[in-house]
Amino acid sequence: MNEPKRAHKVYAIERGTVIDHIPSPMALKVINILGVTQQGILSVGINFPSEKLGHKDIVKVENLELTAEVTDRLSLVAPTATINIIEGWKVVEKRPIHLPREFVGILRCPNPKCVTNAEAARTRFLREGEGRTFAVRCAYCERLYRNPAELVV
Amino acid sequence: MDFSGRSIVSMRDFTREDIQHVVRRALEVKKGAYADCLRGKVLATLFFEPSTRTRLSFEAAMVRMGGQVFGFADPNVSSATKGETLSDTIRTVCGYCHVIAMRHRIEGAARLASEVSLVPVINAGDGANQHPTQTFLDLVTIQEEVGRLTNIRIGMLGDLKHGRTVHSLAMALSLFGAEFVFISPESLSMPEDLTAQLASAGLKFTEVRELSDIGKPLDVLYVTRIQKERFEDFQEYQKVAGSYRLTPAVLSQAGEKVRIMHPLPRVDEIAPEMDSLPNAVYFRQAHNGVPTRQALLGLVTGVIS
Repeated sequence: MNEPKRAHKVYAIERGTVIDHIPSPMALKVINILGVTQQGILSVGINFPSEKLGHKDIVKVENLELTAEVTDRLSLVAPTATINIIEGWKVVEKRPIHLPREFVGILRCPNPKCVTNAEAARTRFLREGEGRTFAVRCAYCERLYRNPAELVV
Repeated sequence: MDFSGRSIVSMRDFTREDIQHVVRRALEVKKGAYADCLRGKVLATLFFEPSTRTRLSFEAAMVRMGGQVFGFADPNVSSATKGETLSDTIRTVCGYCHVIAMRHRIEGAARLASEVSLVPVINAGDGANQHPTQTFLDLVTIQEEVGRLTNIRIGMLGDLKHGRTVHSLAMALSLFGAEFVFISPESLSMPEDLTAQLASAGLKFTEVRELSDIGKPLDVLYVTRIQKERFEDFQEYQKVAGSYRLTPAVLSQAGEKVRIMHPLPRVDEIAPEMDSLPNAVYFRQAHNGVPTRQALLGLVTGVIS
């Protein structure tokens, strides 16, 4: 028997940001790292079939146009994601994730002797290397971390 | 090149040209240039962790240039004991002086201080992280003793895993195309990070376990202390420390011209009978701490260009 067709997998939105091609199951991490948990209606789709990724997640953030500075944080947890800015039900801008040179305030340094854990200093990490397997170095204690996704607060 | 107002936090912040500039100025200071140029300037030495040698060297540098010094050598007398944050201490003290030299056991403390300070901060050691003035004085010594910084062949011996001096020096020399021989027990070898960085910069390095495996003669052999605390087994420590102890026989392995350097203090790793050899440059190296810091103090306060 054929599976009945659904009109929408995740409801279309009139205005806001759609984050597509998130590797499954990173959608909740994506919401966290974008800091949009308190920002109005979010629609989350997990485990959709995807030609590119096998499985993908989708996050739709209503009434909020996320800047590249914010969405580029996704290079840590969902580098394959694509960003669609929606206005009047239409995609008005489509962009990939860029690798930022530094990550400010969104990672925590695991070194207990680092000054960012001793004082209320905003963390800052510098990217080292290109591509999807980059490392980050704490701008303060200068330790290198090869798995930046693990440092997400 | 403008160092005026610039903090000296980490060797990662300096280019090859920056380093050459500082080394040149330090050697000019040594020849008597810039006398009294820091008259009217005040240095604050904030030693949240004691270090007599480094602190005295900073104070000597300032006084020799005609400047004045105040500060503390013992964190128990500072306001940190009352719970004041480092940032607040720095924000306050920077209004009292023209430059700050600071040592702190917390890694990254100097970077944070440099971000909140209105005057330049010179890192005099932040935990296991950086001690850039030591690296600069090492480089001044190499320039002076070998006659160049470019393409030297340097051996680094001892605890290469924890020794921040060898990490910083290796990084700095990598800008000058050095060739490295790392001599250490396996458990204390150079961190992979650093060797990966050298490899990606296209530099040659070898890692050996015994002094006898050095290979071709060296320009410099940089010796560091192997600390007892790093070993669980005391006998293992004795065995390792004993095998790396330098005696005049090292010249047959490292070459007759090799310059022996050490950041000091040494314990047993260099036999006293080495001291009278022309190869032993470690005390001259320690003395270079003063002109090097003189030059840095002059550069960051803008009185030396």
